[in-house]
Amino acid sequence: MKPPPFEYVRPGSLPEALDALARHGATGRILAGGQSLVPMMNLRLVKPAVLIDINRVPGLAEIRVDGGELVIGALARHAALLGSALVRKHCPLMADAYRWVGHGPIRNRGTLGGNISHADPASEMPAVLAACDATIGVRSAKQSRTIPAAGFFTGALATALAEGEMVTEIRVPLAQPGQGAAWEEAANRKGDFAMAGVGVLVTVAGGKCTHAAIGVAGMAKPGTRLSATEKRLVGTALDAAAIAAAARAAREEVRPSTSYHADATYKRELVETLAARALAAARDRAR
Amino acid sequence: MALIPINVTVNGTRFERAVEPRRLLADFLREDLDLKATHIGCEHGVCGACTVLVAGEAVRSCLTFAVQADGCEVRTADGLAQAGKLSPLQQAFWEKHGLQCGYCTSGMMMVASELLERNARPTKAEIEEAVSSNLCRCTGYYNIVESVQRAVELMQEGAK
Repeated sequence: MKPPPFEYVRPGSLPEALDALARHGATGRILAGGQSLVPMMNLRLVKPAVLIDINRVPGLAEIRVDGGELVIGALARHAALLGSALVRKHCPLMADAYRWVGHGPIRNRGTLGGNISHADPASEMPAVLAACDATIGVRSAKQSRTIPAAGFFTGALATALAEGEMVTEIRVPLAQPGQGAAWEEAANRKGDFAMAGVGVLVTVAGGKCTHAAIGVAGMAKPGTRLSATEKRLVGTALDAAAIAAAARAAREEVRPSTSYHADATYKRELVETLAARALAAARDRAR
Repeated sequence: MALIPINVTVNGTRFERAVEPRRLLADFLREDLDLKATHIGCEHGVCGACTVLVAGEAVRSCLTFAVQADGCEVRTADGLAQAGKLSPLQQAFWEKHGLQCGYCTSGMMMVASELLERNARPTKAEIEEAVSSNLCRCTGYYNIVESVQRAVELMQEGAK
């Protein structure tokens, strides 16, 4: 179908965009890459009265290192992040997960800021950002604030963004020596929505796991961490027995949703298998 | 809704038009400019039949509003042939029966155009990855991949 009528605003700067967002309140939506919003409009699932197109706002698409953090502008495209040497070096979990994100033309337009604002539970990036303890920088015309990734995602297609707020940047702590990362996923075709995805970050020192973070995709809530399973891993040698036990724990800890191609039981089985693979790969990369 | 004036260069020709904000780029090309090579399949970004190049990048024209292409250079399958002569990609699709039913062809050619402009000698795996963004419901990806491989040969012969 065709999208419903709307008014189009194209701000030339961030303050202009924030003013427009403040002016139009709940009836205005930010248009970034449009790869989720426009399909929803074409299907008439959403009918924003005003679209605020931020694609020509300068400075919003930067990928840079600032102190101990990788800083990603909200408008950075998936294609740019997939090809970024900075991302590979400083956030290998994101680089690994990006192999599974969308197809070329979707990655050319889709943005990280738009992706997380949409908060699709099947999406890889909310899980990656939660596992990395990233923070989300958001602004409105009146104020700016920082939200931990784990608290940013409040449910399926729901975030902590208040009316008039938009994501402006994502900050990810730089990967440290001794850390290993891996993303494993099951989807019907590469680039399709994940049935289940598991992202793992482990730190190994003196042969023992000192930190573990696990983020899962394809479950009921985007950006979910498996904190009970993580605790079981700390102090272990990440040997085969510890990984198998953790993978079984992950299977129990997840809260799967049912999707067309995978019911909750199948998703739990996927999580166990994917978690075991991701943990082993992350451990090997940490050495 | 008020119409918004835009000017867009399509296949080298500049067009000035006024459009409704909700006008999809795919409909702008087909209906307003009468350029019918761009096909519309699913209208929600899944099938890729409507893929065109905007500023050299392959995009879904059903997920792009025409107003967003204001000031941009757009390329479509209408512009592949030059002076009545098939481009190497078109010639290769013809030789290898890459068209099949023909519905996905123009989208396939545009993703292949982007690939070949970035990488003149892609591997089979790289070609498969590129065309995997687009659906062929004849399920004839073999012929499409062979067509792109043939286009690589033709372009290299042409460059000699």
